[in-house]
Formats: sequence, C-alpha cells, structure tokens
Amino acid sequence: MATPHITVKDLTMAYGDFVIQRGLSFTIDRGDVFIIMGGSGCGKSTLLKHLIGLQQPAKGEVFYEAQNFWRTDADERELIMRRIGVLYQSSALFSSLTLSENIALPLAEFTRLGRAEIQDIVSYKLALVGLAGFEDYYPSEISGGMQKRAGLARAMAMDPEMLFFDEPSAGLDPVSARLLDDLIISLRDTLGTTIVVVTHELASIFAIGNNSVFLDPETKTMLATGDPKVLLAESQDPKIIQFLTRGEGRGK
Amino acid sequence: MKPIEVSSPQAGVGAVSLIHTDDSAEHILQFSGAWVQGSAIAVPVGELIAEFDSAQNPRRILLQTRDLAGWDSRLPTYLIKIVDWCQTRGIEVDASGLPEGVQGLLKLARAVSERAGARRSAQTVPVLAKVGKAVLAGLGDAKGLVCFVGETLLASAALLRGKARFRLADLLLCIQEAGPDALPIASLISLLVGLILAFVGAVQLAQFGAQIFIADLVGLGMAREMGALMTAIIMSGRTGAAYAAKLGSMSVNSEIDALKTMGISPMEFLVLPRVLALIAMMPLLTLYANLMGIVGGAVVTVSVFDVSLVQYYNQTLRAVHVPDFAIGLGKSVVFAVLIATAGCMRGMQCGRSASAVGEAATAAVVNSIVYIVVADALITLICNRFGV
Repeated sequence: MATPHITVKDLTMAYGDFVIQRGLSFTIDRGDVFIIMGGSGCGKSTLLKHLIGLQQPAKGEVFYEAQNFWRTDADERELIMRRIGVLYQSSALFSSLTLSENIALPLAEFTRLGRAEIQDIVSYKLALVGLAGFEDYYPSEISGGMQKRAGLARAMAMDPEMLFFDEPSAGLDPVSARLLDDLIISLRDTLGTTIVVVTHELASIFAIGNNSVFLDPETKTMLATGDPKVLLAESQDPKIIQFLTRGEGRGK
Repeated sequence: MKPIEVSSPQAGVGAVSLIHTDDSAEHILQFSGAWVQGSAIAVPVGELIAEFDSAQNPRRILLQTRDLAGWDSRLPTYLIKIVDWCQTRGIEVDASGLPEGVQGLLKLARAVSERAGARRSAQTVPVLAKVGKAVLAGLGDAKGLVCFVGETLLASAALLRGKARFRLADLLLCIQEAGPDALPIASLISLLVGLILAFVGAVQLAQFGAQIFIADLVGLGMAREMGALMTAIIMSGRTGAAYAAKLGSMSVNSEIDALKTMGISPMEFLVLPRVLALIAMMPLLTLYANLMGIVGGAVVTVSVFDVSLVQYYNQTLRAVHVPDFAIGLGKSVVFAVLIATAGCMRGMQCGRSASAVGEAATAAVVNSIVYIVVADALITLICNRFGV
C-alpha cells in the first residue's frame, strides 16, 4: 500500500507580487518516480526549490510525511533536508574540491565514520555512477555528463530517502540520458528511494515516471496530476495531450 | 494616392512598388531588387505605412515579388511591420505571391504569440519614481546588511558553542591567502608609505633643524594610523574582492544552494573561516607594515638628512610606546571584520549571472573602503577624546 511521502497543499509560489503558480495540491507516495512537467518558464524549477527548502512558499503547505516543512523550526527543517539528496541542473559540484572531497563532505560533517570508511563509501558511490578511479579529479577536469553523474554520486552520499533531479538529462547525449534513466529506476527498485524529477524530456517521462504534475504557464496553475501514461491515454485537456505527444495529437 | 514607384531596380537597392488593381480596395505591394543587409531600402517601412494611413483604407493587400535579386532578414522584418499594421487595421494580407522561404519565416515568426506581460516596457520613468526606487533599494540594502550581520553573529555563537561546521583545511587555506600571500604587496606599500611620511615631514622639520623628529613622525604615524589603514586598503582590494568573487561564483553555480540542501549552513562553512582568517592575519600584517614603514623612514632620514641610524633608532624607541601599537592593532581587528563582512556579504547576495559577480566584487571593495575610513575617523576621534 502506497504511503504519502510528500504532500503539497494549496501551494502558491511568487517572487514578490509576481505569482508563478497558485493552487498546487498533489501527493508523492513513497517509492514514486514523480515527474514535474510543463512548458518552459512555468515554474518547474521553482516548485523544486519549494520542495527542497530553498524558497519559502507565499501561501500553502508542504508536508514531509506528517511534518509541516515550512512551519516547523529551522533545526527540524535541517533534519528533513539531510534526508534528501539533490542533483542540480548545473551539477553544483564544489569547484575547489576534488570529486572524492565533494562526496565525502556530507559524510564527514554528519557521520562519525572514519577516514578510511568514508573513502570506501566515496569509491563505492563513484563506481555506482560509472566514475570509478576519478576520485582525485576536480570538477573542471571532467566532461559535463561526468559532472552530472558525480553530482548524483554526491546526492546519494548519505543514502537519502528522497532524491530530487533538476533537468537530469539536459546537456546529455541520448545514450547517457538513457543510462541515467536506468540508474534512477534501479535506485528506486533497489533502495525504495522516492524520486522527484523536473524534466520535459518525453522519453524520460514515459520511461521512468509513475506519477506526475503538469504545470501550465498561462493559467498559472496545475492542470493535472497522476501517472503520465494514464494522462496521455485519458486526459481531455488539449494542452496536456499536445505536450505529451509533441504537438502531434493523440490520433497518431 | 500618389503611387510609390521605383522604375527599374538598381543594384544594391531594395525597391518596393505599389500597384493598383481594378478593385479599388485591393493593392499589390511588389518587392524587387536586393533586400539584403547593407543594401539601401528605397522606401522606409514607416513612410510606406504612413502613406497607406493617409490614403483610403484598402481592404486587401497582395504581397508579391518581381526580379528579387536576393533577400535575408531585411525582407521579413519589413514584411512583419506591414503585416502587423494590417492586422491592427483588419486588412486582409495575401502573402502567397512571396517566395516560399519568406512565407515560411513569416509564419514561424508568428507561430508563438507574444506572451502577455513578457515585454518590458521602455517607457521613461518619472523622477519621483526613480527616487522612490533608489530609497527602496537603499532600504533593501540596509535590511540585507542587518540580516547578514545577524546571521554572522549566529554562526559565531555556534562556533563558540563548538557546533559550527567548517573544514579546518579551508580555514588554513584562507589564512594562507590572507596572510603570507599578502606579504610582498604589504612590504612594498608600507615601505613606500614610511618613505613618503619621512620626506613630507622632513621638508617642514628641516627648517628648524629638527630632522631627528622625523623618527617621531614616522613611528607614531605608522603605528597609530597608516600601518593599519594601508593594510586595510590593500586587503580590501586583494582579499575582500576575492571573497566576493569566490562566493559570488559559487552562488552562480548553485554551490551555495547545494550546501544548504545538504544541511550545511553556508554562513558557517564559507563565511566563518574567511572572517576568522582575516581577524587572525590583519593584526600580524599591520604589525609587519608598521615595521616596514619605520624602516622606510629610517632609509630616507639616514641617507638624506644627516641623522645616524642609532640616533633614529633611539628616537623611535623614545617616541613610540606600546599603547600606540595597541591602537593600530585594535583598528586592524575592526577593519578585518569590516572587510570580511563586506566581501562575504556581497558574495552571498550575488545575483545569478557573470556580470553580477563583477558587480559584487566592485561593491565589496567600495563598501569596505567606505566602512574602513568611517570607522577609522570614529576611532581616532574617540582616542583623541579619551586622550589615548
């Protein structure tokens, strides 16, 4: 039985007076691969920022299980944030640290593991993303795709319950993007991690997603939530059908 | 209506001619010649539209080409203006006489309609609104400063409780950058400042045959004032700007967001080691600058003004006392806090673009120099009042 992991209730996002999205309500169950989708500029990445604690909602609530993420005090919120891992669009690796130091940072700060154990975990995480042997490289010395995978290794360093991906396949070649998708699925299957992905890659959406929310930039609200395959088959909304079929319509 | 005609298409000229048809409400616009960048356009689009405006309203315009020598973006931009004007007037436009490529581009440019509210209006802002905006920006700046100082104090409190998270390696690196690496420039500047002080003083003192008092002037000047001030100016340009640029580029690359979502406070992890490094290194650099300044003064006095090195040394000992050095060192600690605060604050508040990093570095240096000079004036005033 699916249990709710993250619940968003009547969320309004705004920069000052400029409302980006209003009235967002959806539930992400434990073990879901949840897709945040919508056209460019509809506030997908902003929604992600609200979920990972970088931006405070103008109105509404975000619950992690039963805890109200933005109403609880800062220490509690930090504890929740420690249970999540984030892969940023730009990878956001610390450019002054090597890959191994990047991944070791949260481990050294939040665990009592010894140096050797941390090194073992670092090597294991790098091997998981296919970067074994790159421990002592600086982020600027490896390619964009490798940086992305190293960012994922860092996001997974603390074995988080939830992983957030901001446009994971942006800037990757089709094969690497596919490998990343496979990695996301196997993470969910083997570790039961809840995964939230911001993307507009149709191939990824259908390959990995089993739940989603569709944001519309014109009406500034969500149009639908649910399994993207079901949305494609059953939705009556022309905007959703157009998005999910690359504008070709369901007939083809 | 006067027909716009260009009889024969000249080379390098884009021509347009207006042809009347049998139907009085239907006009043909015929484009010919070279419609490329660099060629002259016979009739500017504004004139053409004004011509249409003043004449009777056509209901239908046919766009055609004849002997078109070549075209690039010049032609579609011209056409878009006409099509837009026609749309606002409800005039029907038939583009089927245009080359297929042009038709395609026109369609493409109209495919995604302008998003409502996306265009930034370039209207002139009234003076009062500008003043208001500047005041609000100033208030925002002040709020940012208060927030930043508060957060720094909280991080320092965490440090005192032994709970602050930062890496010792980072602190040591910051210390190296703010201390030993700054020695060459600090040496040069303070040696020269001592030299200048000695020369400026000597011109006056030599009139009374009191050259020996150059030692007093240089010694007291460096220890109480110039050592700390010059070091602070050097460090704000060197280290304060570096802090702002480093933290700013980390913010551009989402590295600061990454720290936050890891549950590591950037204030503790990035700002604290930098503030601590400067507080630790500035007094040492100032002390060193004092020494170099006195050496500079000695070089001038001994070589030019007929005072022996021993005399100069003894006179300096007699004139400069521990409280004088203490005032300079006290100032240097204050300056260190100001430089580190301005640099880190501007870096942490940096926007998300390359130019924002440059602005952050500039603002860091400007702010810290202003803070330094104001603080120096205040401290000097207070010391004077208390007779220290």
